[in-house]
Amino acid sequence: MQSIQKLALVLGSLLVLSHSAMAEIKVGLVLEKSGKDDKSFNASAYQGVKRAEKELGVTTKTVEAPDNSAYESLQRAFSEKKFDIIVAVGFHQLESVRNNAARFPNQKFVLVDEDAKMPNVRSVMFEEQEGSYLVGALAALHSKAGKVGFMGGMDVPLIRRFQLGYEAGVKKINPKAEVLSNYLGVTGEAWNNPPKAKELAFDQFNRGAEVIFVAAGNSGLGVFDAAQEKNKLAIGVDSNQNWVKPGYVLTSMLKHVDEAVFDSIKLYKEGKFTTGLIRYGVQSKGVDYAMDENNAKLVTANDRKKLEALRADIITGKIKVPDYYLIQNGQKKK
Amino acid sequence: MIDSFIQSWLLPVMRVSTPLIFAALGGMWCERSGVIQIGLEGFILIGSFFGAISTLYFSNPYLGFLFAGIAGMVLSVLYGVVVLHYRANQIVAGTALNLFAMGIPPFLSKIWYDSTGSTPPIPTESQFKIAPLFIMLMIVALTHIVFYYSRFGLRLRFAGEHPKALESAGVSIKTKRWQGVLMSGFLAGLGGGTLSIYLSSSFIRNMSAGRGFIALAAVILGKWKPIPTVLACLLFGVTEAIQIRLQGVVIWGTEPVPVQWIQILPYLITMIVLAGAVGRSYAPKSLGQVAE
Repeated sequence: MQSIQKLALVLGSLLVLSHSAMAEIKVGLVLEKSGKDDKSFNASAYQGVKRAEKELGVTTKTVEAPDNSAYESLQRAFSEKKFDIIVAVGFHQLESVRNNAARFPNQKFVLVDEDAKMPNVRSVMFEEQEGSYLVGALAALHSKAGKVGFMGGMDVPLIRRFQLGYEAGVKKINPKAEVLSNYLGVTGEAWNNPPKAKELAFDQFNRGAEVIFVAAGNSGLGVFDAAQEKNKLAIGVDSNQNWVKPGYVLTSMLKHVDEAVFDSIKLYKEGKFTTGLIRYGVQSKGVDYAMDENNAKLVTANDRKKLEALRADIITGKIKVPDYYLIQNGQKKK
Repeated sequence: MIDSFIQSWLLPVMRVSTPLIFAALGGMWCERSGVIQIGLEGFILIGSFFGAISTLYFSNPYLGFLFAGIAGMVLSVLYGVVVLHYRANQIVAGTALNLFAMGIPPFLSKIWYDSTGSTPPIPTESQFKIAPLFIMLMIVALTHIVFYYSRFGLRLRFAGEHPKALESAGVSIKTKRWQGVLMSGFLAGLGGGTLSIYLSSSFIRNMSAGRGFIALAAVILGKWKPIPTVLACLLFGVTEAIQIRLQGVVIWGTEPVPVQWIQILPYLITMIVLAGAVGRSYAPKSLGQVAE
């Protein structure tokens, strides 16, 4: 008899707990396997929800997928626990978000980096080519011999998009410049392999590159190490990575995933949440180049003036930055 | 000319091969004592994690490197208990060990650094410059000598080849196999240490990236003999270096070779070499058999 009373007490308190929790907004964040400490893409999303937690008073829970097959069940677990918004980060999660969005039509999702084309998903995409264009121009300004490098993580269309914009930016400043390009691999390991990135960076520096732009998640750390050893420059990606090796990181191509995530949560709280495709470009500063005290000495006022002029031209449409996605779709139509 | 050869071929090949050589020599010792060792991947991972942590703690890469080996050896004790004492299936136990090792770094780094599976960067002044290459060469020489010219090496080889003969000479098979297992843990742990302290500047989750299995392939390719095993590791290093050099290079026509084709190279060469060039590779006769 006593034990039944205890059980009732426990159940009752659970009920109270879940009720009090329902009053506030709950946000579930599903990160890729490189996790919240990749100092890059996922880290940025994590900062976004943490900021929302502090400024908007929402409750958040973050999970990291151990591998690419875990996304669907992680999102589903959030849905079943009645989270208000599920934020899925990275193009790897496209299929799982589509499946779950169909399974839970009343659940609101935010998908970063891909267009889910579902009525209950807010798809956030960045014009990476525009930001890459700006850092490409900056790289060319810092290369006397006209040789710069690009290093991508996994060889996928998203990273090709960075590469194409970067090359266009380099060529804008110095039409004769040469861009050395490498990819770390064709599997997920490519995001987590700094030793290999370091070797590739050594190779590019030995071949005469003066600045390397790296878009390779965790592997980028290897490029920063190489830049320090060879006394050359690197350009970081996604988050502001200037602090990782001050003096050797020229700038970082920022992709404000944090802003996008924060905005989405804020809109939900204000009741203005919309679904569909939202694009962030240089105009909204969703993509940008990073300036702080770590690279203030590297980037001169003159450099900045040139970059701001380019930004203005991109916004007015005077400069058309090539977009790999459009080119790829064009090829498919043929 | 010579300088550029050293800079763009010799050193990259050596660097890429170093973790493989440590792990492969460890795997060779273990398998020659008669115990299958597919847990190298796990030892590498644990070695690189604890190597990074102890380097950060002591601000000394040599101590960090030593602890990388010790961490691998501690994990190998677990493997030894399971397969030698409780006689579990060695393939299954090795697989379980790899999975177990994958889970340890995120768990501990969460507690120590509030990060899932990566350590803070190691400052430049406590990173290795080139020392692991020399340590590696010393270990290769030492392995060769001990393996062929010492009583210890001879007895250990007999544990994997003809354990009954060893037993009739009054030597415990189990002891020899324990020694093989512990050495594999220590050496593969050192290999892991080179990854985080020497080849990069922090531990990254799952940074072993399949190197343990490549090392195992090198053992088989090297016919379970020290020098050929090292050569096999260097072969993988060379294919990796070629692969790095060929990316984005125009060989014929106007378009560079697609990166996917270039990245097939290491695996393609492995298959060709395994299939034909080396002839048959014989495993130690009593490999995987349980000692009575």
